[in-house]
This record gives sequence, structure tokens and C-alpha cells, in this order.
Amino acid sequence: MHDIAMEAANFINLDLMNIAYLFIVGFVGGLVSGFIGSGGAFVLTPGMMSLGVPGLVAVASNMCHKFPKALVGAIKRAKYGQVDVKLGIVLGISAEAGVLYGAHIQESIKKSFGDAGSNLYVSAAFVVILAVVGSFVLLDAWKTYKSGNTNEEEKVTKLAKWVQSINIPGTMVYFKSLNARVSVLFTIPLGFATGMLAATIAVGGFVGVPSMIYVLGAPSLMASATELVIAFVMGLGGSFKFAMHGLVDIRLAMIILAGSLFGIQLGAIGTTYVKPYMIKVVMGLIMVIVLFSRALMVPVYMSQLHLIQEMSEGTTKLLKNVSFGIMIFALILGAFIVLKAMWQGRKAERQQHAAEALGHGKV
Amino acid sequence: MSEKKKKPYGIMIFMGIISASMYAALLLNQDFLNNYFGRGGVYAFLPIAAAFAFSFIHGSFTGHFWTVLGVEAAKKKMEVK
Repeated sequence: MHDIAMEAANFINLDLMNIAYLFIVGFVGGLVSGFIGSGGAFVLTPGMMSLGVPGLVAVASNMCHKFPKALVGAIKRAKYGQVDVKLGIVLGISAEAGVLYGAHIQESIKKSFGDAGSNLYVSAAFVVILAVVGSFVLLDAWKTYKSGNTNEEEKVTKLAKWVQSINIPGTMVYFKSLNARVSVLFTIPLGFATGMLAATIAVGGFVGVPSMIYVLGAPSLMASATELVIAFVMGLGGSFKFAMHGLVDIRLAMIILAGSLFGIQLGAIGTTYVKPYMIKVVMGLIMVIVLFSRALMVPVYMSQLHLIQEMSEGTTKLLKNVSFGIMIFALILGAFIVLKAMWQGRKAERQQHAAEALGHGKV
Repeated sequence: MSEKKKKPYGIMIFMGIISASMYAALLLNQDFLNNYFGRGGVYAFLPIAAAFAFSFIHGSFTGHFWTVLGVEAAKKKMEVK
């Protein structure tokens, strides 16, 4: 009984302000996730920790809201014909292995270098991966925009064509999103990397979605929708693991879910109004902005590890706050673009309907 | 005129009431829930089952909520190929 009381003490008291805060952050995160497949959750873990939730409980509760949210989003987007369930499950299973391995690496880094070491590793992973992948995605979206071919079907990259051309007997699987057979020997490392990233920075989709687009050759809309299946498979396994250790605060997870289920439905609806390259715009922008947020924290952790001159408490606090602020800005900007694109799409649709009705009237 | 679909008010209200009751139960029994849901081991099934239940009920409510507000997917089917 004493143990239970101790564990319960890990769970914070919730007041109305906390509930409203979690609900709103959940909504905005859900909106972005519904649109780009993931990417709304990175702000939730630090957000919960700022309320006094212990780190591990925050990670666990975040994950426990993520998988039911991804499930609802995946079902919604499947109705629009955007989900490749088979690809999602195949990648999801290997991602699960990646999560376990990623968590193992995290634990050993924490054991050897302590919390600051672990934080430095997470931030460094954020910065390197987001810099490389984020700028690539954003550049690609920019090129599409500049070329004026935003309405054209997306081209399959040379790399994806090559991947699709390789035939390794006994490992080939047909995926409808690619309209091609691809060896699982290619999908396994991609899923694994997605899982490792999810275990490290909480957003596997930053590798999962671009790899489906550029390495396998899936259209952006299908890649971002299929990511929701991966997030579901990964999140379910991860949540169960955390729940076995009694780390999930069900109240936090369900309150965030309350907001995020409003958001994810809206984000999913939004994808039916936009041109496919908009997925890349939102994803790339969020990635690049979050990169700056994390980069600010690198010197803080380096000073804690005495790798550079020690920082004053004031500077540390300032950097932490600015970093968190930039992260929230990234999420709000993403949500704003989604809503604006959706608004414009609906307006265009209404105008088209009105013009058609007028045309019929003339005849 | 194009066919006007009836808005799903009934089902939205029904799911909304169930969802609100579930959330009320969650917030009114916090100590009890924390005790059992945070026990770990075989009790891990509790938070997972709760997550599924909430996603089904609340997900259905939020879906119908946007439909009732008139926020629906584009009529023209997106070409996703």
C-alpha cells in the first residue's frame, strides 16, 4: 500500500488552469499531427514537465495519448483513401524494435553521463536530424512552389525509383501507396530509424514521413496518413511498456486526448483541401524552427557537463524559456498554416460551386 | 439543388453526453484511478483499455461535432495517387 501511495505522489494535482492548458496544447498538437502525421507531440512532454510532472511520467502519458489519437486520425484519413495500412504496419513493427533499442541507448547514456548527458544527446539528435531532413523537405517544397507545378502529381525521386527497381527474392511486398513492390530489407531500417527517433525526440514522423516520400516513393498525403498507423503501432507498444511500470498518468493522457481528438479530426479534414506540397511546407517549417529551439539548449547541457565554461543560473533560465517559446511558436505557426490553407480551400470550393450553379442556371 | 445531408445532431449529442460523463468520472475519481491505473504489472491493461474507450467515444463525438459545424472534407475527391 505504501508503494502505491508513493507512486500516486508522482502524479500532480490538477486544477482548472492545468486542465485548460493541457486541453489547448493537445488541440493544437492534434491539429498538426492530423495534417502531417506526427509532430504535434514534441511540445507536450516539456509542457507537462513545466507543470511539475516528472520526466518519465510526462513521456509515458504523452505516449498514452498519442496512440489513441493516431488511431482516430488514421481511421479518418483512411476514409479519404490516404492510408496504406500494410506499409504502416510493416514500418510500425520495425519501428517498435527501434523504440526499444533507442530507449536502451538512452538508458546507457543516462547511466554513464547522467541527466545532462542524456539531454545533450537528445538535443544533438534533434539538431542534426532536423537540420538535415528539415532543410531538405523545406527546400523541396520551395522548389515545387517556385516551379509553379503545385498542381502536378508529385514526382518519384531517383532514389525511390532505384529502391523500387531492386528485386530481392523472398522479401518483396506490394504496397498500394507506392504502386510497386519493395523489398522489406529497405523498409526495416527505415522503420527502425523512425522508432529510434521516436524514442529519442518523441517525434518519429520527422524521419518516417520523409523516408516514405523520398526513399520509398509514396505521395506526401499518403506518407503523412500512413505515419499515423506507424504512430499507433509504436505508441501502443510503448504505452504498454510504460504502463507496466505504472508510469502512465491516465488523467493527463486523457485530458490531452480530449483536445487532440478535436484537433486531429480538423487536421485530417484539412488535408483534403490542400495541395500535397503543403504537407512538406508545414513539416519542413516546424522541423527547422524546432531545430533552433533545441540548438539553444545545447550550450546549457554542455555547461552542465563542464565541456564549456559554466553558465550563470539566469542565462540558463533565459535560454530554457526562449527555447520553449520557440517550440510553441513552431507548433502555432504550423496550426495557423493548416487552418489558413483549409479556409482558402473551402472558400475556393464554395466559389467553384457557386460558379457551377450559375453555369447550370444559364443553360 | 444538390442533396442536403441531414446533420448528425442526435448521435453527436449522445456521444457527447457519454464522453462528458467519462471525463467527469475520470476527474471525480482521481485518487482511485491513480491507485489502480498506476500500479503497473497486469494493471497496465487499465490505462490501455481506457485509452481505447476514450478514443472511440470521444473520437466519435469530435468527428460528429465538426460535421455538425459544417466542417467537412472537400467534396471533390483528392487525387492521392
